[in-house]
Amino acid sequence: MPKKKIVAMLLAGGQGSRLGELTRSMAKPAVPFGGKYRIIDFPLSNCVNSSIDTVGVLTQYEPLELNAYIGTGQPWDLDRNNGGVYVLPPYVSNSSERWYSGTADAIYQNMAFIERFDPDYVLILSGDHIYKMDYSKMLSYHEHKAADATIAVLTVPMEEASRFGIMNTDADGAIIEFEEKPKQPKSNKASMGIYIFNWSVLREYLISDTNDPSSSNDFGKDIIPAMIAGGKRMYAWGFDGYWKDVGTISSLLEANMDLLGAEPKFDLYDKEWRIYSKSAIMPPHYAGESADIADSIVTEGCFVNGAIRHSVLYSGVTVEENARIEDSIILPNAVIKRNAKIYRAIVGEGAIIGENAILGCEKQTDDEPYDNKLTGDITLVPNSIIVGDGERVPKGKVIRVNGNGGIKND
Amino acid sequence: MINNVFGLIYTGEANAQLRELTFSRSVAAVPFGGRYRAIDFLLSDMVNTGISNVGLIAQRNYHSLMDHLGSGKEWDLHRKRDGLFILPPFVTKDNIGVYRGTIDAIRSVLGYVRRSTQKYVLLTGSHTLYNTTYDAMLRQHIETGAELTIMYSVEHEFNREDQYDDLRLTMDENGRITDLSLNPYFPTTNFRGCDAYIMEKERLEYLVEEAASHGEFDFMRDVLIKNVNKCRMYGWRYDGYVARLDSVNTFYNHNMALLDQKVRADMFNPMHPIYTKVKDEVPAKYTDSGKIKNSMAADGCIIEGEVENSILFRGVHVCKGAIVRNSIIMQACYIGENSHLSNVVMDKGVSVLSGRTISGYATYPVILRKGSTV
Repeated sequence: MPKKKIVAMLLAGGQGSRLGELTRSMAKPAVPFGGKYRIIDFPLSNCVNSSIDTVGVLTQYEPLELNAYIGTGQPWDLDRNNGGVYVLPPYVSNSSERWYSGTADAIYQNMAFIERFDPDYVLILSGDHIYKMDYSKMLSYHEHKAADATIAVLTVPMEEASRFGIMNTDADGAIIEFEEKPKQPKSNKASMGIYIFNWSVLREYLISDTNDPSSSNDFGKDIIPAMIAGGKRMYAWGFDGYWKDVGTISSLLEANMDLLGAEPKFDLYDKEWRIYSKSAIMPPHYAGESADIADSIVTEGCFVNGAIRHSVLYSGVTVEENARIEDSIILPNAVIKRNAKIYRAIVGEGAIIGENAILGCEKQTDDEPYDNKLTGDITLVPNSIIVGDGERVPKGKVIRVNGNGGIKND
Repeated sequence: MINNVFGLIYTGEANAQLRELTFSRSVAAVPFGGRYRAIDFLLSDMVNTGISNVGLIAQRNYHSLMDHLGSGKEWDLHRKRDGLFILPPFVTKDNIGVYRGTIDAIRSVLGYVRRSTQKYVLLTGSHTLYNTTYDAMLRQHIETGAELTIMYSVEHEFNREDQYDDLRLTMDENGRITDLSLNPYFPTTNFRGCDAYIMEKERLEYLVEEAASHGEFDFMRDVLIKNVNKCRMYGWRYDGYVARLDSVNTFYNHNMALLDQKVRADMFNPMHPIYTKVKDEVPAKYTDSGKIKNSMAADGCIIEGEVENSILFRGVHVCKGAIVRNSIIMQACYIGENSHLSNVVMDKGVSVLSGRTISGYATYPVILRKGSTV
């Protein structure tokens, strides 16, 4: 097999527990985003657009949806004879029989995959970030610095720095210290979880990490600190574009909202850096006589006859007459019936919101108490849930059972 | 689901009534329904039936068609066994590379027909669009013991101006065809052929060679009409929506008909998806000033102006203050600020500068040629 200069390894095994009900039956990278994408489309498209044609996708939690979505890799031009996309689930071998115990362990267990391509470099990516990045620029920087490892960093506001893994560097960009969520941050360069390693160096560290029973087998917690301690050449590569970790309900909603507006924070309409996805086979959307759409994104297969403001409709959504949707995202194939009102909500795939129902209304004193730890003020209707006619769902509530009168009419 | 039929699509129709729409493309490549081309419907009908071997006879202006079809993978026709075969004209000792008509064209691809392992052939043109499967038609063909079965629909409207390949069927009570007429001055029946025929492939070879040996070249006139009494022909009635791209008028009207919920449900029946080339466009975006009513808009559109009773193909940009009414705007058109369009058919990549006004009539829409700037 011909040698590859670089192989990308995409960590897609995360459960994404802070996304609550949205990741009940699918891994976080499979969560729909931006109308017609899934989160994993961003790193995959970045790879292809950066001329990286060999990608291993490490799956573990609820892989069905993700496997089915990736398929042969054709939507990303990753169906190749030489290279392409590979889904790498945990497996049973002669010597071991275990799940991936951490991010580094996932790579360790797939060393044989990487070695088939005999790469000089390995790019480690995570499957839960929304961004457009040219990894080939990061690679040239890595080569230019003759580094052993290069970590992409984002400058964050100093007051938020304590929420991130922070890289302290010297004037040349060399990393001298790494601090995970420091109380007193010395720098505001936050690790983005994107690493390039010289494969020979990483290989050595993965092996010694595995042999260390006290290690948690994690890149951020174990491998990076060990390499710094080992005196390896570590560099920070600054990235200044849009980047969002969509690991929580509110960041997921916010990242969708960042696509809206005449000059959106995150621009998908960039012909030079297209985001590829597996397309739903559906006709163009139809807006009816009483449609009233402004400041929103609508995609194929939608039928809209209501009012949409500052919202994102995913493929195949139906919005009936007089329904109103504000500041919300409606995932694929959901149905919003007549006169329903939806404020600041995430409506899951195939959910049905009954006639005259209200999502995201003010909480009344006699409402049953509910837990909004994960959702804050965002109302969440999980996939395939039916909200009954006339039901009212206060802000921040997560609906878990089908409502009365909600009869699925299909 | 049937596996003993292969498809043969003739795309060489020369229909002058489609005017500018076919100056640089074949009828099969004419854009339709917001993100499709005519050929997508026929290929999807065949694929949804289970047909996995499709020959496509290309004749003129087929560059745009080949670009659209690629390897056929979007229709799942990129196969090791069978798949999509594009059959362009070629010159041999008894074929000068220019077809006088359908018979010449089919005759030149008889090699492909002979190599196909399926027993039956489904022969279609490329300008009559519908969304169905051919299972019932084949079943009827076998049950009636027909030698040739013609798909037809009930056509209520007749406009002589738009007439093109208008084949009318007269049948007895059993559905056997007793008379066929082509482009009649006064049609005496409203049963009109849908340009789709099922027969055994050996019969097709025989009929084509027989006609050619008499120096004949037109399938409808010389094979169908002349053999109506010699050959057991039956009609198979199709009651769904049929969009016939006979002329610019019918092209316009059938596109506009998609704004009707019933027509849309029929032509885009989710049980029979229509496949097309994927372009990886972003979803359509509306800004604060965008307004839309009774319209279809494909992905990649940016809507800042007003759109009413119109169809926007992929990647159309309607700027602020622009008003688009009763129009069909094809891929990647740009409509500048404060321009007004009504009853316009804009071909691909047309730009309208700000403040321009263009209007046609419902009965005579204005066509703006591909790539032009107004």
